[in-house]
Amino acid sequence: MLIKVPKASDCHESDVTPESLYLSRRNVLGAAVAGLAVGALPRWVFADDAARYAEVEPGRAPAWFSEKLPSTRWGAVAVKDEAITPFKDATHYNNFYEFGTDKGDPAANAGSLKTEPWTVVVDGEVGKPGRYALEDFMKPYQLEERIYRLRCVEAWSMVIPWIGFPVSALLKEVQPTSNAKFIRFETLQDPKSMPGQRSGFALIDWPYIEGLRLDEAMNPLAILAVGMYGRELPNQNGAPLRLVVPWKYGFKSIKSIVRISLVSEQPKTTWQSIASDEYGFYANVNPTVDHPRWTQARERRLPSGLFKPNVRDTQMFNGYADEVASLYTGLDLRKNY
Amino acid sequence: MRFPFWRIAVFLAAMIWPLLWLYQAWEDLLGPDPGKVLVDRLGLGTLVLLLVTLSMTPMQKLTGWTGWMAVRRQLGLWCFAYVVLHLSAYTAFILGFDWSQLGVELRKRPYIIVGTLGFLCLLALAVTSNRYSQRRLGGRWKKLHRLVYVVLGLGLLHFLWIVRADMKEWAIYAVIGAVLLVLRLPPLARRIPRLVTKKASSAKKA
Repeated sequence: MLIKVPKASDCHESDVTPESLYLSRRNVLGAAVAGLAVGALPRWVFADDAARYAEVEPGRAPAWFSEKLPSTRWGAVAVKDEAITPFKDATHYNNFYEFGTDKGDPAANAGSLKTEPWTVVVDGEVGKPGRYALEDFMKPYQLEERIYRLRCVEAWSMVIPWIGFPVSALLKEVQPTSNAKFIRFETLQDPKSMPGQRSGFALIDWPYIEGLRLDEAMNPLAILAVGMYGRELPNQNGAPLRLVVPWKYGFKSIKSIVRISLVSEQPKTTWQSIASDEYGFYANVNPTVDHPRWTQARERRLPSGLFKPNVRDTQMFNGYADEVASLYTGLDLRKNY
Repeated sequence: MRFPFWRIAVFLAAMIWPLLWLYQAWEDLLGPDPGKVLVDRLGLGTLVLLLVTLSMTPMQKLTGWTGWMAVRRQLGLWCFAYVVLHLSAYTAFILGFDWSQLGVELRKRPYIIVGTLGFLCLLALAVTSNRYSQRRLGGRWKKLHRLVYVVLGLGLLHFLWIVRADMKEWAIYAVIGAVLLVLRLPPLARRIPRLVTKKASSAKKA
């Protein structure tokens, strides 16, 4: 059980989500149908008593995580005036094709993923290459909570409180050489525990690969996450280690990472390999550049009810333009989508 | 009317699904994006009903039972009903009744264009599905209703262009559709064996 008293200087979730009451669709409907005044029960997204977030399923945290969690800097980065997505939705509506292509497949199938022990390889253009047990890999880093918008390329979005550390801290640790221009990430390949990798009809050439330009990776917003909603990452959300780059479409935020390489050439990423006309290397959230098959101008902020749709305009760089736009000065974002 | 209970059973079996899904959406059982789930299920339902409709003639040939033909028109109309619901759900839950966006989608997205063409064909078939049209159109009616094969092609293409990373589900439907089309080729259609001759004749006696 987490009972944390934040330092006075820390932001508190209540500062950032004043409109965080999430009205249950059923309550709204029921009230409307009954012709009653809507007295829907407000459910505060933050809870200051037992847990930080409402209705979070407890997991079985690895020892290294439980040890680090108490010193987490809570609410280090937050979003203003936006409700946090309910835990159930963030954990039961996932794209993690290693476990199946339906949104519910990862939650149903990811139980087979073995996240302990876990090994991370750091190699390529680095001063300190190595092969680490995850608990050793994590030792140098101070955990912080980052509440970020997540915008999927499929035009839905969520707001998720991640726990992790900046990629820049990792880079400082492993010391990229002067040849390093890009960082490349690789997901676990294990058909035994990942049913999606056993499908003979998959268009994906496993393992899943993603990458960032080095200066993108150095941006303070880019993090490696190990937890969310005050607990360790559930398997279906990319346990035990995943990337989170909030100004890019969700598929850039690669899950269940086993290898991190510093490279001199732009890595060939998975979605780019499948359909380069639809998914570029940059994949920055951009409402003015449509996906060939659908518009990116708007998004469904989940949960989006049948009779209370939550459709909103998509923001440039997913609302992080102030922090990241300078990375792309002089770059034609229409061509480099 | 022959086979009244069979017809009613088919009617109920086709009707129950959208009602069940609506109930699930109401009860919050479809996850955080119920609109998308409904659109997908109704689209797939349309394809399934199309395949079922197309399998009635081969089934009749195989079994000799005329009950299959008795529900063919009904199943075709259910297919149309599903596609109407699919389109309505798309307009409401995906587009949010943004008609200008609909115009953009109709001009720019091949899979939307193909889907719309398929819908218009189904509309033509549904409108002319009555006896009056059959009499009025005479020989041309049969030709017009061969459009159903075009609809199958358009529907499968529409589905294919939505697939993102795994072809398995699509491949299953495509194979079933291909088999049903191949069974229509005259040399093959003539050779469909009657598997349950005995049963059929005994049924007639009874």
